[in-house]
Amino acid sequence: MGARVFIVDGARTPFLKARNGPGPFSAAELALIAGRALMGGQPIRASDLDEVILGCVIPAADEANIARIVGLRLGTGVAVPAFTVQRNCASGLQALASAFDHIQAGRAQLVLAGGTEAMSRAPIQWNRAMSGWLAQMLRAKTPLDRARTLIQLRPAHLRPVFSLLLGLSDPVVGLSMGQTAEIVAARFGIDRHAQDAYALQSHQRVVQARERGEFDGEVEIAFERGGRYHAEDDGVRLDSDLDKLARLAPAFERPFGSVTSGNSSQITDGAALLLLASEEAVARRGLPVIGEILDYDWAGVEPAQMGLGPVHATARLLGRHNLHTGDLAHVELNEAFAAQVLACQAAFASPEYAREELGLDGPPGAIDPARLNPDGGAIAVGHPVGATGARLVLHLAKALRRRGGGLGLATLCIGGGQGGAMLVRSVESAREGA
Amino acid sequence: MSNWTFRETAGMGELLLDVEGARQNVLSHAVLEELDQLLQQIRTERLRGLVLRSGKSQGFIVGADVREFGRIRDAAQAVELTRAGQAVLRRFAALPYPTVALIDGPCLGGGLELALACSYRVVCDSERTTLGLPEVKLGIHPGFGGTVRLPRLIGGLPALSLILSGRSVSPRAAKRLGLADMVVPSRHALAAAHKLLRDVPPKGRPAWYQTFLDIPVLRPAVGAYVRRTLKRRVNCAHYRAPCQALSLWVADGNEAAEAQSCAELLVSPTSRRLVRLFELSEDLKRAARAQSHDIRHIHVVGAGVMGADIAAWAALKGLRVSMQDRQPDILARALSRAARLFGQHLKGPAVAAAWDRLLPDPSGRAVRQADLVIEAIIEEESAKRALFRDIETRARKDALFATNTSSIPLDRLAEGLTNPGRLMGLHFFNPVAKMQLVEVIAGSQTDAQALARGRSLMVALERLPIDVRSAPGFLINRALMPYLLEAVALADEGVPLAVIDAAAVDFGMPMGPIALADTVGLDICLSVARTLSGPLHWEVPPLLEHKVAAGELGKKAGRGFYVYPEPRDWLASFASPPEIPAGLAERLILRLVNESVRCLREQIVSDADMVDLGLVYGTGFAPFRGGPLGYAESLGPAEIKNRLNALRERHGERFTPDSGWDDAALMHRRSFAADTQGAGP
Repeated sequence: MGARVFIVDGARTPFLKARNGPGPFSAAELALIAGRALMGGQPIRASDLDEVILGCVIPAADEANIARIVGLRLGTGVAVPAFTVQRNCASGLQALASAFDHIQAGRAQLVLAGGTEAMSRAPIQWNRAMSGWLAQMLRAKTPLDRARTLIQLRPAHLRPVFSLLLGLSDPVVGLSMGQTAEIVAARFGIDRHAQDAYALQSHQRVVQARERGEFDGEVEIAFERGGRYHAEDDGVRLDSDLDKLARLAPAFERPFGSVTSGNSSQITDGAALLLLASEEAVARRGLPVIGEILDYDWAGVEPAQMGLGPVHATARLLGRHNLHTGDLAHVELNEAFAAQVLACQAAFASPEYAREELGLDGPPGAIDPARLNPDGGAIAVGHPVGATGARLVLHLAKALRRRGGGLGLATLCIGGGQGGAMLVRSVESAREGA
Repeated sequence: MSNWTFRETAGMGELLLDVEGARQNVLSHAVLEELDQLLQQIRTERLRGLVLRSGKSQGFIVGADVREFGRIRDAAQAVELTRAGQAVLRRFAALPYPTVALIDGPCLGGGLELALACSYRVVCDSERTTLGLPEVKLGIHPGFGGTVRLPRLIGGLPALSLILSGRSVSPRAAKRLGLADMVVPSRHALAAAHKLLRDVPPKGRPAWYQTFLDIPVLRPAVGAYVRRTLKRRVNCAHYRAPCQALSLWVADGNEAAEAQSCAELLVSPTSRRLVRLFELSEDLKRAARAQSHDIRHIHVVGAGVMGADIAAWAALKGLRVSMQDRQPDILARALSRAARLFGQHLKGPAVAAAWDRLLPDPSGRAVRQADLVIEAIIEEESAKRALFRDIETRARKDALFATNTSSIPLDRLAEGLTNPGRLMGLHFFNPVAKMQLVEVIAGSQTDAQALARGRSLMVALERLPIDVRSAPGFLINRALMPYLLEAVALADEGVPLAVIDAAAVDFGMPMGPIALADTVGLDICLSVARTLSGPLHWEVPPLLEHKVAAGELGKKAGRGFYVYPEPRDWLASFASPPEIPAGLAERLILRLVNESVRCLREQIVSDADMVDLGLVYGTGFAPFRGGPLGYAESLGPAEIKNRLNALRERHGERFTPDSGWDDAALMHRRSFAADTQGAGP
């Protein structure tokens, strides 16, 4: 075991549902909103950081290595390196994992890590035929060449490529993420009603948590340059009910499918950042801490059943620490789809699944529903893919602390057939539990 | 040779100007004389070409030496000096090989005139490089051949646009105008200069349509048009320089005519006063810069108009700023104002960089990082005092505190602070981006070091800090308020609003008092008037109270004395200007002037210069009159007293001459400039 890794604090933007076209903020701006608010309240400055690591799945064309852009614009100064990671839906978790590794190995003391995504601004590209045509046009020297090239332009050249849609489907097995949810729903017999009921509960839990102030000190106001501002996650529906959810048509597999836009996570823009520190940095700079990252793990599963990834990652991580699902005070399991969360619960409880898929003698056991996503999840607040992993860990650490401490777990399924999980302990100070 | 260095490498000459002991290059008499001697020598060198450049990292040449203006005794001497300068530049232009000015950084006034005497100009593409002829700002026009050479290079109209406005242009604009032959990054500048000297392309000439307008028979018509547009901006009776520059062009004046005209202006009272104000402000800035401010992060509490604009301005000028306000909608409005400001002043990535420096901070957590905390919340003593006490518990031990209060005595706000020495007043004026003046207010406990850092920061923010003692209304509001109240009294008497405003503008104020009151906000005027009316025994006119009670608060409410947006009245533009009754302007202005002397007598500021500087930069008080006391000086204290007494008989005790008029020592100018003579601007 290397050095201990503490969470000093964290912040995120409100998650803004993609509605009509590009949202108000770019991915870099979202990360800056969270990062500036987070760093602004610290006793240290951005220039004190050792590294900036961000997860981002679909950055805009002008956001190559977005972590570096964010670091420089935050004021780290040129000497602080930064890199961007991509592990699909777990990119934000991967950023934290990479930061954890660097701190544990003693390579860094203070790392700003998290994720950002402006899904509403995912690039729309020319197709390959058009790229070829454009290249030919640029090569054409004489007016005659140009005219010749021009008449080769066909309507098909103009068909755009939506990188967001491609990003949300699996190129290896040729399935959209929604279809993988249909597959695990069918496998565990999770019907439409159960999915809708779970989705409704997610909205209700967010609303209740908001009323209790569970997101205070976590969600920062995002100000637009034009004078508008956003203070809360805007995908949360206060007026939803089972009847309304039941009326929605299946979104991915008509007419018999059960996964709808109402029981899936939303396409959303947002960013979440955490400030991680070594024990030494905490002591030297007198930093407060809210939690400690104990460990993380990854697991691979069938791409067509990627939704079950959390079961595998969690089983490995808990097994390594001799822990059981019952030891966890709070679990954040990302709600990519209601069907997928419920399928994970079924798999956790299933002796056959444990034996055949996890190679365990007994099942890890389903997670207490009261402790599973107690303040709602991505079905209500949205799932900006690069940011979600960091949001889960951020909320987990803050909620654990508010509810009297203990162990917690953040886990998510990952497009392409993986699962990731991170184990967090609530601490009051760095001396605790040493 | 101490200022100029000549070098030759492989047939290419290089003439380097590095004025000894000065931060920036200026063309003083000595520098020009030295150049003249050097020209004798290098004229005979066999060169392919000559590069003229600056040895200062600060820039090219920022103009003539303004300090020498004051030593010119009369017009005859002024003509002689100007002709001598012209002769040097003429000899430079007559060198037997091509010359190029390599311009990196500011190139202004005489500096640009020298560059115009070169065959070519290579301009470095950088933010800090500007080119211009700002002479009119000092009440003169170019005198080293600029009014002759510039129209020949870029055409009459573009040249007049630069000369009459005194504005500076960016490198790219200079290229568009034809002022620059090449605009390149500074790393390629020398290569570009050498290429020009090797290739010797034809010299720059105006475009054909510009040349067309320069035909002598058309000039009177073009000149008349320009004069009409000019009159909308300046009153030729107040500022002769631009009008004379225009006349020179219309008459196709030569260098002799230019020298004659410039010399007249140089010794005119207007120019003398403008130069004095300029020197005073430069001295003040230099003195303030002597102390380093070490402030990198400012935390502003209160995002109302003042707080928001101070925060935005500081962020624009490169500081990190956090802006605290509990109400997100107020923060949002403040940020959109800031975004507009950045858009007006910056381009490209610089806009995002300024935005990144400005942190909205609803919870006020960032106060712990601040080097300076500026309070700009509601004008309420208890609220401000409570705020400072709270901030003291959270801010760094060495952070400075400042209040933007316009009326509350500093010592009252310092009560309860563990370290009251770090609290000062930094009183900005609205609109922050336009008003250069900042009143720096010391309380009885304020630490001298803290004040020095505050002043230095203000200069870094391109504001002009003047020291003011903590007393009701400080200097500006106190001197201005009687003038505004008198205007309201006039309105109450039934004098048409437009006439009141026209009288003040005619006197030389930038805006009439009624329009000013509407712009500031009648509620704010009333609140200041009430605060001051107690200690200073003023009467607040009932009309002002009625307006505020009726919700007619000025521009921001859409209605004050005037209605906003101003209704368009096409007929009005044809109507003759309103008849201004004699003595109207005097009745307004003398109250301001009288109050200024009272401030001086009560030592609100140190001396008469500070009164003038403050009121010119803080209110725009007719600069060509040299400020209120400059104006009083031109009439003489006895005459002012007579006029005040006459007004008192007709209008009441408020016109009673202050006893300060009898104290000759008060009016004595302890001119700052005397201490630092010869340091160069």
